[in-house]
Amino acid sequence: MLAAERLKLQNIVKQYPGCRANDGVQLTVTAGEIHALLGENGAGKSTLMKIIYGVIQPDEGSLTWNGRPLVLQGPAHARELGIGMVFQHFSLFETLTVAENIALSLPAAQARNRSRLDARIREVSAHYGMALEPRRYVNTLSIGERQRVEIVRCLIQESSLLILDEPTSVLTPQEVEVLFRTLRQLSSEGCSILFISHKLQEVRDLCHRATVLRQGKVTGECRPAEVSTDEIARMMVGNDTPLSTQVSPAEPGETLLSLNELSYISRDPFGTSLDKINMQLRAGEIVGIAGVAGNGQDELLRALSGEVRVVDSSLQLGGVAIGRRDAAQRRRLGIAVVPEERLGRGAVPAMSLAENTLLTAYDRDLVKRGLLKGGKIREYATRIRELFGVRCSGIDSPAASLSGGNLQKFIIGREALQQPRLLVASHPTWGVDVGSAVAIHEALVALRDQGAAVLLISEDLDELYQLCNRMGAICSGHLSPLVPTAELSIERLGQWMAGDFPKDAAESDNKGPAHAIA
Amino acid sequence: MLSLERRATDSRTMQWASPLLALVLTVITALGLFMALGKDPVEGLKFFFLIPLSDAHGWAELGLKMAPLLLCAAGLTICYRAKLWNIGAEGHFLMGALWASVVALQLSEHSGFWVLPAVLLGGALAGALWAWIAAVLKTHFHCNEILTTIMLNYIALNLLLYSVHGPLKDPMGFGFPQSEMFAAAALLPKLIPDTRLHIGLLFALLAAVVVGVLFTRTFIGFQLKVLGQDNRAAAFAGFGARRLTWLAFLLAGAMAGLAGASEVSGPIGQLVPQVSPGYGYTAIIVVFLGRMQALGIVLASALLALTFMGGEMLQIAMNLPRAITGLFQGLLLFYLLTCDAFIHYRLRLRSPAPNKAQVA
Repeated sequence: MLAAERLKLQNIVKQYPGCRANDGVQLTVTAGEIHALLGENGAGKSTLMKIIYGVIQPDEGSLTWNGRPLVLQGPAHARELGIGMVFQHFSLFETLTVAENIALSLPAAQARNRSRLDARIREVSAHYGMALEPRRYVNTLSIGERQRVEIVRCLIQESSLLILDEPTSVLTPQEVEVLFRTLRQLSSEGCSILFISHKLQEVRDLCHRATVLRQGKVTGECRPAEVSTDEIARMMVGNDTPLSTQVSPAEPGETLLSLNELSYISRDPFGTSLDKINMQLRAGEIVGIAGVAGNGQDELLRALSGEVRVVDSSLQLGGVAIGRRDAAQRRRLGIAVVPEERLGRGAVPAMSLAENTLLTAYDRDLVKRGLLKGGKIREYATRIRELFGVRCSGIDSPAASLSGGNLQKFIIGREALQQPRLLVASHPTWGVDVGSAVAIHEALVALRDQGAAVLLISEDLDELYQLCNRMGAICSGHLSPLVPTAELSIERLGQWMAGDFPKDAAESDNKGPAHAIA
Repeated sequence: MLSLERRATDSRTMQWASPLLALVLTVITALGLFMALGKDPVEGLKFFFLIPLSDAHGWAELGLKMAPLLLCAAGLTICYRAKLWNIGAEGHFLMGALWASVVALQLSEHSGFWVLPAVLLGGALAGALWAWIAAVLKTHFHCNEILTTIMLNYIALNLLLYSVHGPLKDPMGFGFPQSEMFAAAALLPKLIPDTRLHIGLLFALLAAVVVGVLFTRTFIGFQLKVLGQDNRAAAFAGFGARRLTWLAFLLAGAMAGLAGASEVSGPIGQLVPQVSPGYGYTAIIVVFLGRMQALGIVLASALLALTFMGGEMLQIAMNLPRAITGLFQGLLLFYLLTCDAFIHYRLRLRSPAPNKAQVA
């Protein structure tokens, strides 16, 4: 069967100052096809998507839509033609209802007749197995349901091409299944789908064809079901980078960190309050916390790092209550932290790597009586660079000039070289290239083997399963039990990520392995 | 078609070329201004920039005017590096002058070597405490420091006016609003005999050195820089924002207060309402013109000291209004801020994109 070409991109070039985001990209999507656009962060996927949706204009190259040349005037024009887009960060008004949000993107004539619109929303959502109540307010919906609103909005406009930007990154495994069923149904009805992701297994399960981007260029095309994930990964990262780490089993020692009924009321109206979190962390083990973004991960990190303070006894390191100590005092006790935001928290963007070394490593003999020891600081920065393979033009280059992966290696190196007793790392490989991710995983395991306790907060389930001896999930500021990774099925983890766990799980965790909870 | 385009990295050349370019543009504008006023432009520039420095006495006067500017600017640099926009140097300066005068007048019976240090310390402390008010308002009540420091300037000015018209007024002063003359023990020694230049200039140069060392060699300076560039990183690293904010304001206040004390115990010798021709405000221009660097603010304070002298010279020689000084300073700051845009951006000549959609 030869399907019609729905969208064709030829020789697309987009130049930004200092970076050629798209460099001669060719892409063809046929009718009813689920086409994956693969690539690491910074490969040019987002730029290409914005060009297809009319947000930006290409510098060179042409678009063809159903056989006719296409010059997009803007997103509204794209929607009119039947190109719908679901962004990774939803564009919904939380204070409006589902129907109102959908009405906002429709032509006035369609938007005005509310009862007909409600009926249409019910009809479309039921047809694709994505139950939605049009009168509900968006702020009462779960993340998965909000995504449905976005998709239904595109479908009501009769989109014939749906662009989904990393749609699964905010979903639990169960929600992903539902989404995929919908997408397959859409495809069978002739709707084309451009599926942007870097999760290879999903792409293999779902997509008919895949186009791989690296550094703005197309580096491969394939039928994902017919090749292995390793082969696809090779196209994404190029040769000569290892694809994963071999992790030896851990040998945990004494309990190092314990959280006892740790609570924290977030002052940010969009923050999540932590509610009576109990957890024990032993020296020499990596414990993972999974969860959908925004469920209290950042608050937990802040409570551990000392950026916010909690009840003194609710946080104990080696038996000493440290809840009231500030960030600097906790560092002195051996707590190192790798925050989620690399630029603008983990490192000062405009400062050099040498200066950024001083940011947290100041107690490693880099300061004497208030004066900086320039030589020692440079030596330390050079050591981080060498030991952790940080690629940069020198230790005087500003942090902002490094790629995400290299900067993250630098930050991990800076914290690891301080020989911490406890390392808390949040999303350490988010948006990081595969090569750097492997290096970062190795660093975490090496730290564990030196006897440090590592707390790994991540949304990447593969990473958690690979590295952790015990893990659990956080949802709405509640922590699930932490159980040995080998005993935790991905289905149950998915339920936990959705908040489906006994809320007084704490006790069982304190008593040891959580077999009791079944 | 000309367009502004963001540079991939900030231009280091423009960082230092910008003040020079601003100065050139100011001079060009000044030429036009003189012509519009019907004065000989070359003559005007000569009176503004050259005649004031034509003899040793002129250079001594330059140093005299430079001292308070540089002291205030050094303190403000500490704040601005930490992105604390303290506009209150004028108020710190006035409070320093006021309380130094109070101490000097209280100690007028004494002649010990300790009188002068007490006077200077009184001024510095008063300036520091005045600045600290704004710091507390910021750290505890989240008040914007730009607004509070400006308002505190007016309060300081009115306290000073009240004092010279009231409690500190010289009973033998024929009703003029000014204090008694200070005793000799409360006066700053001269740096060069037979001029008005006193050792206040040394305090100022020392303050510039302190600022230079603070930001290149010390951990506290590093913490202030981090706070300024990225307050989330500062919180992450455990650099207490409250402590650093207080420190920056206290130092700025102490330096400007010392400048105020040096004025009353230096060239003036008593407290008068016009103790400052706006040194505290001009110091803001000095900091930006001097790129918040120690050497930079020394050079910039000399240039802006010259604008005070040149302005006076133009009043006398060419019969121009007093506002000419402020006009020059304003032009300089305006051009500087304009030229600073080219640190981050560059002008590019480009042809309109051929396939760009036409907007009706």
